[in-house]
Amino acid sequence: MSDNTTKPAAQEAEAARDERCLMPAVDVFEDAGGITLYADLPGVPKDKLSLQVEAGNLTIEGEVALAVPEGMEATHAEVDLLRYRRAFSLSKELDTEKVKAEFANGVLKLRIPKAEHAQPKKIAIRID
Amino acid sequence: MRYRTLFPRDVFAALERMQHEMQPPFDWSPSIRGGSGDRFPAMNVGGTPQSVEIYAFAPGVDPATLDVQIEKGVLTIAGERQVETPAEKAAVHIDERFAGRFRRVVTLPDDTDADAVQARYRDGVLHISIARKAAAQPRRIAVQ
Repeated sequence: MSDNTTKPAAQEAEAARDERCLMPAVDVFEDAGGITLYADLPGVPKDKLSLQVEAGNLTIEGEVALAVPEGMEATHAEVDLLRYRRAFSLSKELDTEKVKAEFANGVLKLRIPKAEHAQPKKIAIRID
Repeated sequence: MRYRTLFPRDVFAALERMQHEMQPPFDWSPSIRGGSGDRFPAMNVGGTPQSVEIYAFAPGVDPATLDVQIEKGVLTIAGERQVETPAEKAAVHIDERFAGRFRRVVTLPDDTDADAVQARYRDGVLHISIARKAAAQPRRIAVQ
């Protein structure tokens, strides 16, 4: 799993498409069984979160929905856009059919297991 | 931690114009208590004639550990965020999320009523609504 934003070419294409999106902060850990990703998407209700796996790409998108009183004027905004978007390319050994997602309090947790054949196997050495 | 924003220029201009045109509920000038960039939680502030609305973007925080206080017109939001640590032997590929204790302080306008405050935590956002004192609210005067 690699972050698309580290590739200059991909970054440019991404930037054009993502011009008006926030990039959520993420943590990505990998162990022998797979990859775990945590993403911060504060303000996104469950029904406004979208996850897509397509052609080896994982896309996380979310729309911010805040309870704003009528006639409110914003005076200071550090979160100045209402959409999050971030994409990652996945490597082949990851089993995208078995992705598990949890979403609570604005934090998304994704678990992407490695395909069984791709899990490390200890190879016994026979000594004749 | 900072959310990278890519913001088209015209929106900037529009926002700036908007901010100049309206009576700001209060002045958000650089404060002696520090700047507003790169801080957790990120904060948005807005106002209506009746209230001041503060949104703190603090995902994954146990609401019970949040400490919200108003003292002498200064609002303090403090707490701690514990993020999941990787299992032993796991490789850390990306590590961007804020972890640890946080504290942010906002000076409130003079017309807010410290006794009429509501705080709610939903979808990782702490929303604090502080009413303005009735005397400070605009009143229409009937012409006889």
